[in-house]
Amino acid sequence: MSRTPLDTVEHAAATPDVELPWAELGLKKDEYERVVEILGRRPTGAELAMYSVMWSEHCSYKSSKVHLRQFGEKAPQSDALLVGIGENAGVVDVGQGYAVTFKVESHNHPSYVEPYQGAATGVGGIVRDIIAMGARPVAVVDPLRFGAADHPDTKRVLPGVVAGIGGYGNCLGLPNIGGEVVFDSCYQGNPLVNAGAIGVMRHEDIHLAKASGAGNKVVLYGARTGGDGIGGASILASETFDDAKPSKRPAVQVGDPFQEKLLIECTLEAFREKLVVGIQDLGAAGLSCATSELASNGSGGMRVTLDDVPLRDSTLSPEEILMSESQERMCAVVEPEKVDRFLEICEKWDVIATVIGEVTDGDRLEIYWHGGKIVDVDPRTVAHEGPVYERPYARPHWQDALQADDANKLPRPTSSDELKDQVLKLVGSPNQASKKWITQQYDHFVQGNTVLAQPEDSGMIRVDESSGLGVAIATDGNGRYAKLDPYTGAQLALAEAYRNVATTGAKPLAVSDCLNFGSPEDPAVMWQFAEAVRGLADGCLQLGTPVTGGNVSLYNQTGEAAIHPTPVVAVLGVIDDVARRTPVAFQEEGQLIYLLGDTREEFGGSAWSQVVHDHLGGLPPQVDLERERLLAEILISASRDGMIDSAHDLSDGGLVQAVVESALLGGKGARLVVPDGLDAFTFLFSESAGRAIVAVPRSEEVRFNDMCGARGLPATRVGVVDGDAVEIQGEFALTLEELRTAHEETIPALLA
Amino acid sequence: MARVVVDVMLKPEILDPQGQAVQRALPRLGFHGISDVRQGKRFELEVDGPLDEAALARIRDLAESFLANTVIEDFTVKVEEAAEVAEAAK
Repeated sequence: MSRTPLDTVEHAAATPDVELPWAELGLKKDEYERVVEILGRRPTGAELAMYSVMWSEHCSYKSSKVHLRQFGEKAPQSDALLVGIGENAGVVDVGQGYAVTFKVESHNHPSYVEPYQGAATGVGGIVRDIIAMGARPVAVVDPLRFGAADHPDTKRVLPGVVAGIGGYGNCLGLPNIGGEVVFDSCYQGNPLVNAGAIGVMRHEDIHLAKASGAGNKVVLYGARTGGDGIGGASILASETFDDAKPSKRPAVQVGDPFQEKLLIECTLEAFREKLVVGIQDLGAAGLSCATSELASNGSGGMRVTLDDVPLRDSTLSPEEILMSESQERMCAVVEPEKVDRFLEICEKWDVIATVIGEVTDGDRLEIYWHGGKIVDVDPRTVAHEGPVYERPYARPHWQDALQADDANKLPRPTSSDELKDQVLKLVGSPNQASKKWITQQYDHFVQGNTVLAQPEDSGMIRVDESSGLGVAIATDGNGRYAKLDPYTGAQLALAEAYRNVATTGAKPLAVSDCLNFGSPEDPAVMWQFAEAVRGLADGCLQLGTPVTGGNVSLYNQTGEAAIHPTPVVAVLGVIDDVARRTPVAFQEEGQLIYLLGDTREEFGGSAWSQVVHDHLGGLPPQVDLERERLLAEILISASRDGMIDSAHDLSDGGLVQAVVESALLGGKGARLVVPDGLDAFTFLFSESAGRAIVAVPRSEEVRFNDMCGARGLPATRVGVVDGDAVEIQGEFALTLEELRTAHEETIPALLA
Repeated sequence: MARVVVDVMLKPEILDPQGQAVQRALPRLGFHGISDVRQGKRFELEVDGPLDEAALARIRDLAESFLANTVIEDFTVKVEEAAEVAEAAK
């Protein structure tokens, strides 16, 4: 049927002058020349397809790799780390024989083009990463960032994204326990849809993505392969959006959560029966990625017959089959004598499974189509030895002016009434308002192990019913801080997530990150990236929490305008008994409110400066990671020993935001006194890091104070849980009703 | 009054979980010989006034911007003649 002859390896060798569309596939001239050099001939069409997707920014990390190495070089010693960077997801020991795997990824670009399916397949992809490690997925989290809350396009993107996350996650039966929703006009053309997932397994169940043992079979199972999302990774996630070129928008993928649910159960059953030698999910770059990564991580080579791949569309070319990003597919390496049983399990779960090849004792990845060899490559050159760029980076010329534009000099409220108005305005602003309208569209409690979910400081899941062992996860990031100082901003994101985990009573163990930045070809953006990675790596080393993996999303920009540098950090923690967790809500009237940590005049990048003055300038709050560690230890001890009944971390919006949230969630007011040495404004709105408020029962006050005193943590009694208003003595009082209206009606009014 | 029919179908390369679910159900229910099912949406628009080129252009516009999600769906616009309407009613 096809008039042109099949572009086999022999054909390619015989026709060196044939022009290939390497530029259209996103390769640069020197990259194409490198492919030719590696192969010693021109690549076949299929080889070109593989190299182009695998060497794309999204898959190869070619711009970020030189910086990301720091996560390995500066990794702190941690007994908890079972599997580190480089696998589908990191694995952490949480004790009692359990291991937990978790990861955060981005699905930013697809979600802008098609919000529902983009966000849905983002959840699907991260969940498959978790299954591929051998774990049962137990929860998902979604840190989201959109353009201005009142922009019309936000009303298109946000409801679609939220419905997509809810639709996919709810169908899978996974509780959504955390995340964030942030609005900022810098994300208008580039919303950030990050998705995280947690999975639980026993230590002995860890599986890795490698194909070893000559003669072992390569089984592709899950959905049929169609023409969806071809080149999505290389084109979508690696180029700047440009409205002038609509043809650059390839078809996005549509996911099928019910198929994914079958894939989870089928995979876990195969693991239980120990049928799997190595496994890889098919995400970006599809079969190109799965075959080359499995082969290059194993001991031998691999031979694949592409004709055996089950297709949804019989007209697909071999290049398209290799590049397709059809969802809900996995690739397993199975010993020959176990293949029958593996296929039986797949059939039981109604999952299509096909042997498409086998592991060989050579070192080549060979792919056949209609009897001809169309790929013959060293898999390592495809998967691991892609181009590495030392992109030039330079501190942007505007950075000094931005930092000099000191937010501490902005006009402050001059009367109690003005202070009160600004408090109401703050707690009702889109970023500080309750996100209940969004998060209630997700199922929080399915599976029955959710201990804490939004709007708590971290999500918490019970891992073992009899012992009460649990894990907590928090994701945080503040693009405004990072814009002012990327190094400090990244550490503040880490510090906040770390603190959030500790606030709920869990001990922080490990980190995953999703680094969202603009174009790496812009030296200013590259500087932001380099600084943020350095900050995060230094911070993780100091806190003793290794980075276990994550994801980099570059090219988040429209035209010249890049998003704020937005490193999103997820911290995973463990708690011995979830019954000892600490909630945000005030529990009992009469309990004493303590402010832990030091409050300074720090308003750079603050919510107050944004809400009241629409201002971004100055320096972000200082970071003191030793203080963060001490604060975390105190919060964990106090929770374990029953010295506090509620706790809330202080971050954007400052103390008043935290108190209002604790009060509204508990349905109990608070009477606060401005402590000596602070003015009311700084007390309420400062965003100094390393702080939390806790509610201490009167019977525990002495013990709690002794502990803080002995450990050297400043603890100041600032008020009492009482009444049905938040009252700042000598300043103003706002009833819970007024606060609730301001805090909870903003988001539905804008988006519902 | 004229009737215009807008048919919206997922693009051929896009996965159609609903269509697949129907296809999988067919043999279970004893219906054999169907190799593929794709499911779409049909909109019947009753148009006020004359159905001239301008009116059709407006309908194409509304189909493109509202009835179909052209990122993942294709659509066709066709005018249903009175005879066809009668035929369909039989």
